[in-house]
Amino acid sequence: MDFSALCGQFLVGLSRAMILFVVCAGLSFVLGVLRVPNIAHGSLYMIGAFATFTVTKLIAGSVGFWVALIVAPLVVALVSLVAERALFRHLYQREHLMLLLFTFAISLILTDLVKIVWGAEYRSVSPPDLLKGSVSLFGASLPRYNLFLLIIGPLVAIAIWAFTNKTKIGKISRAAAVDREMVGVLGINVSWVFAVAFVIGCYLAGVGGALVAPTASITLGMGHSLIIEAFLIVTIGGLGNMWGALVGSLIFGVTQSLGILMWPQFAIVFPYVAVVVVLVLRPQGLLKAVW
Amino acid sequence: MFEEVVRSKWSIFSAGLLLILLILPSFIPRFYVYLLALIFVTSLLAMSLNLVVGHGGLFQFHHGVFYGVGAYTVALMLKKTSLPLWTGFVAGPIVAAVIGLVIGWFCVRLTRLYFGMLQISLGSLIWVIVFRWYSLTGGDDGIPGIPVPAILSPAKNSYYFILIVLVVCLILMYLILKSPFGSTLQAIRDNPQRCEAIGINVRRYQLAAIVIATFFAGVAGVLFVVLERSVFAELLFWVLSLEIFIMCLLGGWFTFAGPILGAAIMVALRTFVGIFTEYWTLILGIMLILLIFFLPEGVMGFLQKLFQHRTKDTAERGQG
Repeated sequence: MDFSALCGQFLVGLSRAMILFVVCAGLSFVLGVLRVPNIAHGSLYMIGAFATFTVTKLIAGSVGFWVALIVAPLVVALVSLVAERALFRHLYQREHLMLLLFTFAISLILTDLVKIVWGAEYRSVSPPDLLKGSVSLFGASLPRYNLFLLIIGPLVAIAIWAFTNKTKIGKISRAAAVDREMVGVLGINVSWVFAVAFVIGCYLAGVGGALVAPTASITLGMGHSLIIEAFLIVTIGGLGNMWGALVGSLIFGVTQSLGILMWPQFAIVFPYVAVVVVLVLRPQGLLKAVW
Repeated sequence: MFEEVVRSKWSIFSAGLLLILLILPSFIPRFYVYLLALIFVTSLLAMSLNLVVGHGGLFQFHHGVFYGVGAYTVALMLKKTSLPLWTGFVAGPIVAAVIGLVIGWFCVRLTRLYFGMLQISLGSLIWVIVFRWYSLTGGDDGIPGIPVPAILSPAKNSYYFILIVLVVCLILMYLILKSPFGSTLQAIRDNPQRCEAIGINVRRYQLAAIVIATFFAGVAGVLFVVLERSVFAELLFWVLSLEIFIMCLLGGWFTFAGPILGAAIMVALRTFVGIFTEYWTLILGIMLILLIFFLPEGVMGFLQKLFQHRTKDTAERGQG
């Protein structure tokens, strides 16, 4: 195993971690503000990927992908807004177990709706011309698209940080995460704060789905396999903590890609082992949980 | 006395149901014999989960793993070793309980959602290993064509075997729940702090409950192999675990027999809806939402409440 291979694999792991981070940041945000462990988040991610496929089919050429990167998350946000206003908002007072099963029900419905709309075949999206090919970095060759992911990830992190710390609605939703009754007492419409927070979290799932589309085949099972990873990442990072989601994603992505070098057949085992180790040593997560 | 009347009514009902189930295979087509046996296996699985969820108040999110471990253990022993056939039947539940002990030992140190998350991660670890270890477990192909003992190969014989094991397990579970251990477990569910304060070792009780529940899940896994003669990695995937959860919710967590009803409804619906449409999960999702909105205590909980109201009314009228 030479150094450049290690380096290249590490960078690939980092870029995969960036997609995980975008999805997990959304999941974590919803979990922190609304206290909803949203299993449907994985299905929304899947819808994001399928919507990206449709947009790139409708708009030929590499401009299609850039349009999809804007449009697909908006589609997801719209779906989540409808779900929130019609169903979720009646259930926030229920216990976690009921909420979990409820979001599972939503994810089952969304999966079948995707099957109805897009069919059960595998789909794929090719990256735009600008991001095809690969670049050489630290002696390792890295696909340009992965480099793009490495840039996008930190940008999303900064955007989320700016939103939660610098905008009014972001500050209100942080306050609602800590004490929703107090926020209500102050005359703020908590119901709408929750709706906005939920839609933003789901929007991030859509962004993740759009970003993953050129790197993997788009299938009906992708939501179900992602959501479990996302939950584990959010848990080891500390529930509701955005930076925790980043740390967790890095651990998950990097252990998996380095695992490929060591033991390809069981590469997927490594991140799970890492999660178990973290949870056994620090059960409450690496960073401070919001609740 | 009122309770005794209700209980005797229940036992008459159960005995009648058992009698019907014993003679039924002679009259119904083979497919329905299979379907009933599948309901029995699933019922046992749901009942074992409810021991820790409904009665223990634990977020046992990944119960399917123990079912799968039980099934894979017996499958591997029947397929790959030359040990006496029945040893696999004993080993399945024991291995499941040992895995339950190991996973539970880590999990009981946490509470609520963190408990559930740690269990999902440990359970997924086992799923991933089974899913990837092609040379041993066949990976995503699973293990088809498991040679079950010859006496069990006719459909009717396996039906009776599964029914008898189910009844024995249900009686054992009932006795466990009615024992001081069961009462303590339910007290811990309702108020863990107070139980801790009066000197109950909460974690040890919870761990014991997990081991018992995973043992019964292993039994269900063995029965699954008897019925299907094949195993596959989906048995350990988290989606199945949540489906078992739904069965408990559907039937009613806080009743003894609720999960049986839930499992029966789920298995029957899946089979019959599956004939008409490929969108079974859509129907399941809608059903689950309706359930959460309108019937959060499950079918059995609802019926029990209805029944209790009515008997209370008549009792009051009798007194007045």
